Amino acid sequence: MAGVAQLQRQLVDYTASLFHEGFLDDQFNQLQQLQDESNPDFVVEVVSLFFEDSERLLNELAKSLEQQTIDFKRIDAHVHQLKGSSSSIGAQRVQRVCIAFRNFCDEKNVEGCQKCLQQVKHEYSLVKSKLETLFKLEQQILAAGGSIPFPM
Amino acid sequence: MQLHVGPQLALQHPAHLILCPTTSSIELASVSINSTASTYPFTWHVQSCNCIEPQWPAEELLMKYQYISDFFIALAYFSIPLELIYFVKKSAVFPYRWVLVQFGAFIVLCGATHLINLWTFSMHSRTVAIVMTVAKVLTAVVSCATALMLVHIIPDLLSVKTRELFLKNKAAELDREMGLIRTQEETGRHVRMLTHEIRSTLDRHTILRTTLVELGRTLALEECALWMPTRTGLELQLSYTLRQQNPVGYTVPIQLPVINQVFSTNRAVKISPNCPVARLRPLAGKYMPGEVVAIRVPLLHLSNFQINDWPELSTRRYALMVLMLPSDSARQWHFHELELVEVVADQVAVALSHAAILEESMRARDLLMEQNVALDLARREAETAIRARNDFLAVMNHEMRTPMHAVIALSSLLQETELTPEQRLMVETILKSSNLLATLINDVLDLSRLEDGSLQLDVGTFNLHAVFREVLNLIKPIASVKKLLVVLNLAPDLPEFAVGDEKRLMQIILNVVGNAVKFSKEGSVSITAILAKSDALRDSRTPDFFPIPSENHFYLRVQVKDSGVGINPQDIPKLFIKFAQTQTAGARNSNGSGLGLAICKRVSRMVTKGLLLHLGCDVTTVGSTHECLRVISQDHRVVFMDLYMPDGFEAAVRLHEKFTKHHERPLIVALTANTDKVMKDNCMRVGVDGVVLKPVSVDKMRSVLSDLLEHRVLFEG
Repeated sequence: MAGVAQLQRQLVDYTASLFHEGFLDDQFNQLQQLQDESNPDFVVEVVSLFFEDSERLLNELAKSLEQQTIDFKRIDAHVHQLKGSSSSIGAQRVQRVCIAFRNFCDEKNVEGCQKCLQQVKHEYSLVKSKLETLFKLEQQILAAGGSIPFPM
Repeated sequence: MQLHVGPQLALQHPAHLILCPTTSSIELASVSINSTASTYPFTWHVQSCNCIEPQWPAEELLMKYQYISDFFIALAYFSIPLELIYFVKKSAVFPYRWVLVQFGAFIVLCGATHLINLWTFSMHSRTVAIVMTVAKVLTAVVSCATALMLVHIIPDLLSVKTRELFLKNKAAELDREMGLIRTQEETGRHVRMLTHEIRSTLDRHTILRTTLVELGRTLALEECALWMPTRTGLELQLSYTLRQQNPVGYTVPIQLPVINQVFSTNRAVKISPNCPVARLRPLAGKYMPGEVVAIRVPLLHLSNFQINDWPELSTRRYALMVLMLPSDSARQWHFHELELVEVVADQVAVALSHAAILEESMRARDLLMEQNVALDLARREAETAIRARNDFLAVMNHEMRTPMHAVIALSSLLQETELTPEQRLMVETILKSSNLLATLINDVLDLSRLEDGSLQLDVGTFNLHAVFREVLNLIKPIASVKKLLVVLNLAPDLPEFAVGDEKRLMQIILNVVGNAVKFSKEGSVSITAILAKSDALRDSRTPDFFPIPSENHFYLRVQVKDSGVGINPQDIPKLFIKFAQTQTAGARNSNGSGLGLAICKRVSRMVTKGLLLHLGCDVTTVGSTHECLRVISQDHRVVFMDLYMPDGFEAAVRLHEKFTKHHERPLIVALTANTDKVMKDNCMRVGVDGVVLKPVSVDKMRSVLSDLLEHRVLFEG
């Protein structure tokens, strides 16, 4: 059907744009490479897990920064984890903000941290919506009977 | 008679003229004349009648005196034996009767001689002469005999005297010793009496008071006082006195040299009446205050009753007892009195400690009583609380269930109506949530009732196999979402029907299976139900459970196995304790959710696992050091660990500990985003075999693995 091909092209373009805009990096490709017949939903699973974890971490971070006495060590730990998981799935922009965030933590700069937190939240919500869109496209393709084109 | 003798001779020397009875002529019986023919003039004095005049008138006087003396001598001589006989007869003991007789004879004869001599002053007949001679001869014999006898006897008599003296001395000595013994015996008696008085009471004050009173009485003391150490131990306070009724709280510092002297020995020590502890009353006497003696009284504690060092080493606190003799009495402290004081002091110490023990035990008993009362109150309060809670629960039970049922019922009804897919989803969620809530409410209520034993089983016949199938059906949706395989194994000999509380059984199995599903992220959950045999019933993990098989009962053993994170063995006992949460290692958030760190490793773990699976490895994922050590075996060739987790380094160390032989140990590869020197040093320190920089690509992983397995070491720059 023409719909399938169109969808597939859409997917490819969309994916390329994500890479182009820096939302994703090569690590995402690696993930996609790991997906095969024995593990057909690998990417979706990993990304869902990432969403869960990140949301929790962001909540923790928000709470920590609201405290009277800020525990920078704790915040640093959380940010490090966020950095780790975002780098695992290739969420590049999130990862970059995390690095900056950690620097502010080392400096014990409260304002800087708060700014970074907002940034991270922003980046995260962006990448989340992008990925969700991506997956929806994939679902549509599969629902229409097509197959996901192999990443290039 | 006239006598004419030749020439007229004046006989001066008396001669014995004998009148011969036959011829009536006077013959010169004897004249003592010196045989040498010397012209020794002698005169014959012949008593005649008027023709011869006495020559010397003095001679007549002499004669007279001699006559009188002889008479008295005779008298005396006769009376002495009489006296002797009289007195000897009177006395009981006289060993020398024979001597007495002899002596008496001697005296009598002497007396006789002198008596007879009286007749010889004038003319006398031959008979008198003969008698005189006989008397004289006898006297001579007896006196010689007596003299000889006395030689033997006088030493004896003298020695008697010596012996008498000796015995007198001995008697005096014995008297003295008797006196001493008596004194000692009296002292002993006093001690016994004192001790009896002191020990007859267990009240501390009475003991001390009695001691002072009795000592005062026994030793006739002027004053007797007891100084007790204060709480601080730095001073001695005057606590009891004999004469003064209410002693003022007069204190002296404890470090006085005199006090130290007394405390350093267990003997009674004589002290000066002027030292502070002895100056108790104004000097009553005019001259000298009486001698003062002081002794220490050990104050023992309960813990001091060690046989071996009684009472020297274990006591630190002493009281001071001061005893004063009456002033102006010139009395001195005698040895036995000091001994008495020492003994009494010891006894007092013992009595005081007994009193202390008694006090202690009384106090303990009172405390126990108080505690009992408190416990009783607490128990009653607890019971009240439980009753209140049960009442509350009963009310809430009813109150909560009613609206709950309403919600559930109406939601079910709503489900039956026409709904859009979204609405249907919402209603299903509502239904699920309310069911869950209802279950929760029921669970809480049931648990409470289970706790206080008021849970009643609803016994009935039911299909055992069906229960398991039902559980399976309930759990399958959740399990399939999580991609968990649920397998049910029912033993062939498991009866199909059973009698029991079906609802509760399902509740329990559902609970356990639900947990298994909840905590497994992947893999499978297997439920096995078997008939438990008696020997298989005893489980080392539940040593309190003693199943007793019987005819109509069987034990159902349900085993639920999952492939989740597992439970720390230390936490297993906590499993069935309400609301206790087990903490996985690495979840040390003080926030209490305990989830932070553990979760975030999931993403990278999953990615790593995916990588390895893609490369064709057999992968086991674990969530903690503990789990790693549990699961690891020699089949595992490589362990990949994320070094940021708190026990990342620790895991490496533990692995080294577990596998001491180098070739048995799996290779350890650290995954980290940080490869600065510090990190590298730490890695080398804990003994990882390789470090890989995150993020890892497929190719990187491939080359890492090949390097590792070839060289057994890898360090990426």
